[in-house]
Amino acid sequence: METLKFIASYLTIVLLAPPVMLGIINKTKAAVAGRKGPPVLQPLHDTIKLLGKGAVYSETTTWMFRLGPVVSLAAVIAAASLVPLAGAPLVSFNGDAILFAYLFALGRFVTVTAALDTGSSFEGMGASREVAFSSLAEPALILAFAGLAYRAGEFSLVRMFAPHGGLNSAASTILALGSLFVVLLAENSRIPVDDPNTHLELTMIHEVMVLDHGGPDLAFILHGAGLKLVLMAGLLVRLILPELPMLGSAGSLLLGLAAAAVLIGLVESSMARLRLVRVPQLLVAAICAATFGLILTLR
Amino acid sequence: MEQLSQLLLAFIVFLSLYLLGSSSLTGCIKIVALQGMCLGVLPLTIHAEGFHPRALLLAAGMFVLKGIVIPRILKYAIREVKIRRELEPIVGYAPSLLLGAALVGVSFVLAERLPVPAGLRTSLLIPISLATVMMGMLMMISRIKAVTQVIGYLVFENGIYLFGLAISYEVPWLIEMGVLLDVFVAVFVMGIVIDHIARAFDSISTEKMTRLND
Repeated sequence: METLKFIASYLTIVLLAPPVMLGIINKTKAAVAGRKGPPVLQPLHDTIKLLGKGAVYSETTTWMFRLGPVVSLAAVIAAASLVPLAGAPLVSFNGDAILFAYLFALGRFVTVTAALDTGSSFEGMGASREVAFSSLAEPALILAFAGLAYRAGEFSLVRMFAPHGGLNSAASTILALGSLFVVLLAENSRIPVDDPNTHLELTMIHEVMVLDHGGPDLAFILHGAGLKLVLMAGLLVRLILPELPMLGSAGSLLLGLAAAAVLIGLVESSMARLRLVRVPQLLVAAICAATFGLILTLR
Repeated sequence: MEQLSQLLLAFIVFLSLYLLGSSSLTGCIKIVALQGMCLGVLPLTIHAEGFHPRALLLAAGMFVLKGIVIPRILKYAIREVKIRRELEPIVGYAPSLLLGAALVGVSFVLAERLPVPAGLRTSLLIPISLATVMMGMLMMISRIKAVTQVIGYLVFENGIYLFGLAISYEVPWLIEMGVLLDVFVAVFVMGIVIDHIARAFDSISTEKMTRLND
């Protein structure tokens, strides 16, 4: 019974948390701008609507193009099983943090190849930008993970992202948090790295790669992107927020996710997207912060 | 208190890294002011008995001079200079950030080898002072504008102050005041010099000073 309940809550979080989190971000941005904004569940309705539609495929595309959305969603869901969403993860072993990073990389790889497969130079440009920026975001992620793992003594996400007591390692925690937050913004193509709302603009990065996908494929991509955001935000939330007694582990995580969504919404409404040439600088700064945090823990 | 001083030290390194990656002159001046304020507060958190009047007075002096007066002078110096950004540094921003991170690593390795008193071995003061000194030097040699070079000098001096804080438990009052006065005069003179360069050359780029001018 306990296991059933655990799996049920896990599934609910994987299915429902991403659209709700995106909805809260949009609601926050609308509130700051003085608008009413779409309902919180709007992304969920969009996904359901897209799932009911048929897909149109261009004649120039091959099986690579159809593989992209499926594999990227599968990779993110596999990564979700490593993250302690409902108190404990489904699977956990020493070294799963590396697998986590590489599952994200796999998802990105298939998205990029699907974009290149369309033969559109516009999508090719988006693909090259995505790869260029993620090659800078990845070292920051791995370095921050390394610092946390050294402190926990084990390379598994559950132990690394357990809340650490007191001020004892406050400086290194803050540095890891900061660099992971920048990585989160970059990986999920949020402002200041990318603007998720722009379409057909020459500066966009992630959105340009998925322009040719439609119907269920687009639904997979949107849900995968939202789940990615939930996973990274969930890890960060676990690092700061200890388990609240009255809510249980899943409840306190959901509360933290909502808070993270509001924070991201505030970041997005308070600053503009960086110029494209400045983005690598931001990511290099994240690498530096992660390195410094690692050095502090190594002492 | 120990934790607070560690946080402050980490913040000081973070600010130096930020300076290495920032191109706006006024932004740089604000950051160096913030760093000066942190340095002013730092001695109070390091020495547990830091609340006797002399330490308080020193901290206040440091805070006012490095956090308020010197930044004012720098802002005054660049008020008529139209350029607000350091556009073409000799070493670019992303590479100098990476270099800065590497310097932090190097200084931690160096600090382990340094023959320091046993009580200081675990302290973050020595490695962070070395890192700050090296980042200040990097900034001095890799930037073209005179103002950013002065800011590099200030960071450099902040590092030396940190080192002094580490090795002498209580810096003699007179020496401390002397050092502060020295820095003040140096920045004052540099501010005047920058002003003159700006008037004579219509720019504060030090590259132009190698050319003859009548």
